[in-house]
Amino acid sequence: MNILVCISKTPDTTSKISFVDDNMKFNEQGVNFIMNPYDEWYALVRAIELVEQNGGKVTVISVGGSDYDIIIRKALAIGADNAVRIDMQAEDASQVALEIANYARSRDFEVIFTGKETIDFNGSEVGAMIAALLDMPFVSYASHLEYADGKFVIDRDIEGGIEKVQVNEKFVLSAAKGLAQQRIPNMKGIMMSKSKPLEVMTPLSGNHPRVKVDGFETPPAKSGVKLINPENMDELVRLLHEEAKVI
Amino acid sequence: MNVLIYAESKDRGFKKAINDAVYYGKQVANNTGGKCIAMALGSVDNPSELGQYGVDLVIHDGAEKFDAFDSVQHTKALVQAAKDHHCNLVIIADTANGKSIAGRVAINLEAGLVSMVNALPLSYDPLMVSRTVFSGKAIAKYQFQTENKVMTLAGNSIKAEKQDRVAEVQKMSFNVPDAMVKVLAQETVKGEVPLPEAELVVSAGRGMKGPENWGIIEDLAHTLGATTACSRPVADSDWRPHHEHVGQTGVAIRPNLYIAIGISGAIQHLAGVNNSKTIVVINKDPEAPFFKAADYGVVGDLFEVVPRLTEALKKYKSQNS
Repeated sequence: MNILVCISKTPDTTSKISFVDDNMKFNEQGVNFIMNPYDEWYALVRAIELVEQNGGKVTVISVGGSDYDIIIRKALAIGADNAVRIDMQAEDASQVALEIANYARSRDFEVIFTGKETIDFNGSEVGAMIAALLDMPFVSYASHLEYADGKFVIDRDIEGGIEKVQVNEKFVLSAAKGLAQQRIPNMKGIMMSKSKPLEVMTPLSGNHPRVKVDGFETPPAKSGVKLINPENMDELVRLLHEEAKVI
Repeated sequence: MNVLIYAESKDRGFKKAINDAVYYGKQVANNTGGKCIAMALGSVDNPSELGQYGVDLVIHDGAEKFDAFDSVQHTKALVQAAKDHHCNLVIIADTANGKSIAGRVAINLEAGLVSMVNALPLSYDPLMVSRTVFSGKAIAKYQFQTENKVMTLAGNSIKAEKQDRVAEVQKMSFNVPDAMVKVLAQETVKGEVPLPEAELVVSAGRGMKGPENWGIIEDLAHTLGATTACSRPVADSDWRPHHEHVGQTGVAIRPNLYIAIGISGAIQHLAGVNNSKTIVVINKDPEAPFFKAADYGVVGDLFEVVPRLTEALKKYKSQNS
């Protein structure tokens, strides 16, 4: 089973979020970048498990500059077999999806895994776009996956519960919490990752963004907590009604 | 500009998220001189009710095959409807199924896509919209570069106004391929407002000490008419079902009121709830980081404070009913 796993680079959850260039650009100064957790903990690890059980190869793909190589090497250290980086600074999801679909189209992948969203833009867009471009079915928010006899049975998270689905053919999946357990790369993996192939490819020509950011804003800071006497919950109810106007 | 709304149905009707999306579409249609059209698929009792929130025309294909969600089939129908009715903007509610088709619809219409739109447009010509990014820690303003446009609307982000009118319904039969994803079963809680749409949420964490103590949380939620939620450790310990987990790796929500009980407020938890309009924190530890993100705080033993709050709410409700 050959699996393609799409990975992306995001700021660490604890990063301070601020903007530069007249609020047009994310301020990367002092920010620690990581592999997007949904890509790493769930998509990549479940793909590696499937290949460990059924044979085949895990290829990771990323669309980004050479600053992505550090997270790509980490994916190889965790257990991916080879990697591809499309050398491009993408501005929107459609550009990323077009590049990945273009790479996958002529190659034989049974499944394409993505994380359910990146933790910076939370868009959840790329997976469905790749599926559309390759004319494959898409199963989103997979939190459990079983594979046997060419059939995949998947739990997908929906509002208030789960939906169990079956898919047989080639498909695209987005991974949610629960799909696998995080793996920490060991020393052997880290050593091996250095000699695993990382192919750098040039992007398609004419792949332009379809939406553009026209500036960022940070919401005004909270004015500070108003403490209520724990003996006086009538006062809290009054404030929720009269001041906050939420009840 | 004609606007098309994907009116996802549930239990033969429409959820609040769809009413909001319809209302949003009506505002765009009014401001750009177009029609507001909705497409509903599968078993729906009364598709014309979408008129209450501004739909002029509902295109309805009631075929049973649409009751099980297949992203390819639903996309195909939606794209067909957009083309038939010359809709340059498609609005999809930001639900699990909505998110599964948005990217696909955008590709098939060669459209730009903006997800998680959080407010009415900043401008109508050109159409500019805002959305939350960085788990609610910032807002980004977007401009479309394409003639066709697709957006998903974040739950509970606008206030839809209801009017006394019904929409015209046009029956339709879409030609779609066989489903490639087969739905085997669905296990969901019934009767509760789903978390992403909930206006009022009562959430509890490890401070509850064990699942057997959740009665006071359910009493409070019931009194308030709120949906219950929990923190990650609670879901990971199986004290509460996985779908109740709000935070970075769980569900991201934006209710009007979020009451956090016995939750310390780790940054990963805040990432899922910091778009709540009003936050109340009840915790015995005055140093809990959550107080910094709260509007109202109560420092005290939750096993005393929560029942007291429930009683105060009951009193308030009986006086105001």
